[in-house]
Amino acid sequence: MANITLDKIAHSYSGPSDNPDDFALKQLNLTWKNGNCYALLGPSGCGKTTLLNIISGLLIPTEGDVLFDDKVVTRLATEQRNIAQIFQFPVIYDTMTVFQNLAFPLRNRGRSRKEIEPRVIELAGMLGLEKDLYKKAQHLTADAKQKISLGRGLIRQSVNAILFDEPLTVIDPHLKWALRSQLKRLHKQFGFTMIYVTHDQTEALTFADEVVVMYEGKIVQVGTPEELFERPQHTFVGYFIGSPGMNIIPCEIQGNRMQLQGNVINLRRNYDGMPTFSKVELGIRPEYIRLDPPDGEGLPVNILKIDDIGPYKIARVSLKDSIFNVIVPEEVTMTGDRGKISFDLDHVNIYGDDTLVTGEML
Amino acid sequence: MIEKQVNQKAWFMVLPVFLIVAFSAVIPLMTVVNYSVQDTFGNNVFFWAGMDWFKDLLHSERFHDAFFRQLLFSGIILAIEIPLGIIIALAMPKKGWGVPVCLVTMALPLLIPWNVVGTIWQIFARVDIGLLGHTLASLGFDYNYTQDPLAAWVTVIVMDIWHWTSLVVLLCYAGLCSIPDAYYQAAKIDGASRFSVFRYIQLPKMHRVLLIAILLRFMDSFMIYTEPFVVTGGGPGNSTTFLSIDLVKLAIGQFDLGPAAAMSLIYFLVILLLSWVFYTVMSNVGVESSAKGGSGR
Amino acid sequence: MQLELRNISKIVGQDVHIADVSLTFQSGTLNILLGPTLSGKTTLMRLMAGLEKPTAGKLFVDGRDVTGVAVQKRNTAMVYQQFINYPNLTVYDNIASPLKIAKVPRAEIETRVEEIASLLKLNDMLKRMPQELSGGQQQRTALARALVKGADLVLLDEPLANLDYKLREELREELPKIFSATGAIFVYATTEPMEALLLGGNTAALHEGRVYQFGPTLDVFHKPDNLTTAQTFADPPLNTLPVTKLNNRMLFKSHVEVPLSGKLPQLPDADYTIGFRPNHLYLAPTSPKAISVKAKVVVTEITGSDSYIHIDVAGLRWVVLAHSIQSFDVEETIEVFLDPDKFYVFDDSEKLVATPLHISAAGGENK
Repeated sequence: MANITLDKIAHSYSGPSDNPDDFALKQLNLTWKNGNCYALLGPSGCGKTTLLNIISGLLIPTEGDVLFDDKVVTRLATEQRNIAQIFQFPVIYDTMTVFQNLAFPLRNRGRSRKEIEPRVIELAGMLGLEKDLYKKAQHLTADAKQKISLGRGLIRQSVNAILFDEPLTVIDPHLKWALRSQLKRLHKQFGFTMIYVTHDQTEALTFADEVVVMYEGKIVQVGTPEELFERPQHTFVGYFIGSPGMNIIPCEIQGNRMQLQGNVINLRRNYDGMPTFSKVELGIRPEYIRLDPPDGEGLPVNILKIDDIGPYKIARVSLKDSIFNVIVPEEVTMTGDRGKISFDLDHVNIYGDDTLVTGEML
Repeated sequence: MIEKQVNQKAWFMVLPVFLIVAFSAVIPLMTVVNYSVQDTFGNNVFFWAGMDWFKDLLHSERFHDAFFRQLLFSGIILAIEIPLGIIIALAMPKKGWGVPVCLVTMALPLLIPWNVVGTIWQIFARVDIGLLGHTLASLGFDYNYTQDPLAAWVTVIVMDIWHWTSLVVLLCYAGLCSIPDAYYQAAKIDGASRFSVFRYIQLPKMHRVLLIAILLRFMDSFMIYTEPFVVTGGGPGNSTTFLSIDLVKLAIGQFDLGPAAAMSLIYFLVILLLSWVFYTVMSNVGVESSAKGGSGR
Repeated sequence: MQLELRNISKIVGQDVHIADVSLTFQSGTLNILLGPTLSGKTTLMRLMAGLEKPTAGKLFVDGRDVTGVAVQKRNTAMVYQQFINYPNLTVYDNIASPLKIAKVPRAEIETRVEEIASLLKLNDMLKRMPQELSGGQQQRTALARALVKGADLVLLDEPLANLDYKLREELREELPKIFSATGAIFVYATTEPMEALLLGGNTAALHEGRVYQFGPTLDVFHKPDNLTTAQTFADPPLNTLPVTKLNNRMLFKSHVEVPLSGKLPQLPDADYTIGFRPNHLYLAPTSPKAISVKAKVVVTEITGSDSYIHIDVAGLRWVVLAHSIQSFDVEETIEVFLDPDKFYVFDDSEKLVATPLHISAAGGENK
């Protein structure tokens, strides 16, 4: 059990280089606190798996150091780091039974059979694998196999961290729910540090206490799910998190007055001291826009389409040239092609050159 | 309606294959069966001999010796080539410039025709002019494959290993390359030793190719003819007279067509039977568990 | 064109892969096969393509029996979960390959490739090799290859499963437009209910080789005929409550009593299963009819705007979807509220006997 610190880590697959474009992972500093649940979220190719492999020791970074508490482990082999990792596709030992699979990490470390047996049986119970304990692992379903991979990590009580590399990719949606909540419970029971890599925002947000959003080899924001949702530091975070993502619309700001397609809106914050940016944008989530009939309050818009997607509806509306996505609750029925939109002003964010500008609360 | 027409067409398509197989395998085999139950004194005059040739053969010491020699040879070949092949495959690089170099080097012996291999080794091992034979002799070893049965055996075995281990290596290498990296990473994390990685990951994943390798090597070595014939001619004495060499001696050397036909049939059945045994045993190693486990789709 | 599957079954050894499936698809429609892994989606597609022969039943195209016709003779295209392109051909040649095989004149190939490439936004990448493209672009190329030959039947087997979340969102948005522009029959397999809802069209709910319901996607979602369809078409999973109706009372053990309103009083005494969606399970009463239930918190998941609270009610596992940030301790006892107006009620043969109020009202207008 330890805090994991990444000190000026950078990685290039082609070796040391002066060209910043060679780096799959740009220089970064980060500390993972012992016992927390983290998610590494980003599109494919953003460097999240590279970062994970650096922590587990499968990759030695081109620059910088990895520390477990105060100990530098950058060059330490994986097996000496006391780390568990769960991969995208379940890795099981085909010829072994479920029991032998779970016992394998302990047997390799020379534990006695007497010590191993009760631990394996207890853990299998927690994972819901007790029925299949003496079956060959080869013939189980994908989710059971993934549980075995997880179990091989959990069986070692002293692991420093458990790393997950998109572990639910091959699991059916219904089982995903069950497996994810089970993971969360196991985390509460065992208290291991968990780092979970995914491109799926729902998985990342529901799983983690803190989410690290990565984009093009850089960390763009570290925050709680709530912070990422409410106050994205970067327009990319706003777009990437949420479905549909945040509406990012060009606007002009003077003090607390926002000019949007010829309409003026008084904001709750004052942006007087704001430096000059080449572009200024309004960021607002579809959840925080209200769509009313044409006789209601707000800015007049044309309704381009409304898709009923079951639990709610997604409306696409245009305010002159600006297109907004609006989430409409399932009870509301809208007809016609005109309406009014109004913003929930507590949830309005302003971006200058793609970075969040925090004004002064009025 | 449509269904049936399509099916009949399909049968016509298969017909040429039937004919080819009939001409190439069935008819010659029947000829052999025909010979095996008759006797002749030449001039195309044949007498009915029934099962006599088979009875004689199964009781003949010459056949027993050849058969035993053959089994011993195949056993030694398999016992050396399979583990050696696996070891070499494990030691081969997985990426980089070494891969093509190793693959080509490995493939080279396979490209040489059998009789050329025999000739190469016949000269290579000669005590008077051969590099190997002369070197060994001058180092004080009493090595002469034309006189010493043990030396002859060693020569033939080393030659076969040199010629055919590559095949096992290439098959095993293909099997090893298909294992995803995640397995090795997981094993590292689980703290598995090098041996455990081999025992629980590499060996199970190579299971299928190993089955093919063992079958191929067994059948080939059991039918070996050209190389020992060129090198030792079955000698000294009868010490390297394997079944196939004996068969040729009998059929062409002595023109005993009946016994030779009976022998080739027995020979054929033995290979078929042993191959089948190998196949069933080896496939069952993996399948045995699936009957117990649930059925997947 | 019209494709009809009539009582199709596929049995391999002892396993029933497809059990008596009858479906009819019209040209210009998008048809979704929704079901978990091993529910028979891929087998059904292979049967439609002619890659496999059904054990029983027949396949008709415009009334013509095509059951035994070889796949090469059918005008069918297939897109797989893996991005399958020719690695040594440029994007242009990849897309043009089916036309070249069909010996289409050069000039026509050019115009058709250009056309399909612009539909799939691949114009700028025609000269590149597949491995230089992102996953989304590679899958677009595979899709373009399937569409360019003007197939009558296009089968898509979880085409977005290997793509990033956001790329999926983008492609999902575009796919219905692309589909309607071509006029073929599209059959699209997915495991994800949300994907089906976003794509629209028609949906067939599959479970263990059986089609439980087929109809317009939203109808199937809002008015599932049976419990299996309702459970298949729910993400997060449907909450269920088994109840027994006896002497004008409807009870789940002694824990929950459901007041009899709407259609419920007319139902005969028997066992029923009530289903309701997680967004219809509330942390505060929403109507005077709301039923209060004590539950134990199993775990809470927070998405930034919503919370999924997994709870345990006398051994039943439910999920509450609350549109706010809620955190509860594990094992904490909380009160949740059920709204009887939002109930789906299924009888003991799992058939739907009562629909939520807001849906039966909306459905009435349609009819």
